[in-house]
Amino acid sequence: MTAQPAGELKQTPLRAVHERLGATMTAFAGWLMPLRYGSETAEHNAVRRSAGLFDLSHMGEISVTGPAAAAGLDYALTGLLSAVPEGRARYTMLCAPDGGVLDDLVVYRQAADRFLVVANAANTALVHAELEARCQGALVANETAEHALIAIQGPNAAGILSGLTSADLAGLRYYAGCYAGVADRPAWVARTGYTGEDGFEIFCRPEDAGRVWEALTQEGGKSDLVPAGLAARDTLRLEAGMPLYGSELGPDVTPYEAGLGRVVKLEKPFVGRDALAARAAEPPRRMLTGLIAGSRRVPRHGHPVLSGPGAAPAGTVTSGAPSPTLGMPIAMAYLDAAAEPPFAIDIRGRAEPADRVDLPFYRRSKQG
Amino acid sequence: MSIPAELQYTEEHEWVAIEGDTASVGITDYAAQQLGDVVYVSLPAVGATVVAGEPCGEVESTKSVSDLYSPVDGEVTEVNEELDDDPGLVNAEPYGSGWMFRVRLAAGDGGEAAPPAGLLSPAEYEELTKSAG
Repeated sequence: MTAQPAGELKQTPLRAVHERLGATMTAFAGWLMPLRYGSETAEHNAVRRSAGLFDLSHMGEISVTGPAAAAGLDYALTGLLSAVPEGRARYTMLCAPDGGVLDDLVVYRQAADRFLVVANAANTALVHAELEARCQGALVANETAEHALIAIQGPNAAGILSGLTSADLAGLRYYAGCYAGVADRPAWVARTGYTGEDGFEIFCRPEDAGRVWEALTQEGGKSDLVPAGLAARDTLRLEAGMPLYGSELGPDVTPYEAGLGRVVKLEKPFVGRDALAARAAEPPRRMLTGLIAGSRRVPRHGHPVLSGPGAAPAGTVTSGAPSPTLGMPIAMAYLDAAAEPPFAIDIRGRAEPADRVDLPFYRRSKQG
Repeated sequence: MSIPAELQYTEEHEWVAIEGDTASVGITDYAAQQLGDVVYVSLPAVGATVVAGEPCGEVESTKSVSDLYSPVDGEVTEVNEELDDDPGLVNAEPYGSGWMFRVRLAAGDGGEAAPPAGLLSPAEYEELTKSAG
């Protein structure tokens, strides 16, 4: 990513809080965001063991409202949004007519005629424009500036949030959301996240973000809650096998290759349907795959994957990192369907052995 | 961010401590902070010949990998094997227990160990980190 002068970057309502906490800030998708507060490994481990607090206010929020909203989204996106009950969420995608992924999205049905579409920061303008073009008769509005987004993730998240919210967290299922007070401020509270842990995403007004953050920090003090930055978020989602737009997903990838064919509902008309139906009928040429490196050197985005006794090129790493939970380097890669073991990754000119594994690398134990 | 006055520095964000004919080398506090948590350091072999300005190892952190350059010409006499078990020492004590390798300086024309050229003073290095933002 090219560095931008801080003055040209968009700032979240929590910027002063991050600076007070001593965060290392970074440019991300046009926003000035906290990369880490101290050790990103410690932040990662806190989310796995206790809880982490994230500022995700760079994410795009686009509302689609009106009696035509549900039908409009059915045509705009790969999923059947009209079948999502009020108060539930769905992971879905916006595809181009050729089936390529333009963004991956979480859509909340906040009311019968109101949906909140959460887009990646880099794609917010595009998603807004595409939804406006595709959702005929519905009102489409970019509400990013009217929302702050704070996530609390980890096994202690529910315990911390329950003391501060009017929401019935015990009754709030995974991928469900409700309007509720948080620290006496109005919010949309959803049991969603991008870490592989139980947790919540709190959409509140920007002017309330500081108060919500401070209240969670105070309440979380006795439950080992720590602020966590984008560096930890990236290793958490990678361990959980979750794709990142720009790494695993992009206009040259269909949901099938990414192993996400389940989000494509071919039984209804939508933009990209015919191209995706053709793809669904043939075996994928390449598949998103998990790799565990046998060395301590870390595979990174763009490194070639080699296959078979002849070490023939067979794919490319999309994301790689040292996994704090597994204690070894992990990677996701697109591999040719015909690729055979043994596998190796060409890490800066030297082939390092790697094992193919099923995704995700990490799955939390379901308890309570 | 600390820049000890008794050390010399390079544009690749390494520090050098010269005692007699031996140079000790590590990466600076600034470099360690920029890298984030160091997870693996690949060091040159003891006995290897290193050349100033050329890569002789790698520093892997959560987000990136960087080449490790030798700031001086000479022969590697010692490497910090503790980094193998605890690469986090580079973040915790970049100028202390996080040191990386030692080099016996190559002899110059007069037969004596040649004083390394092109190193930065603490003031010059501080200037470099400021201009890097």
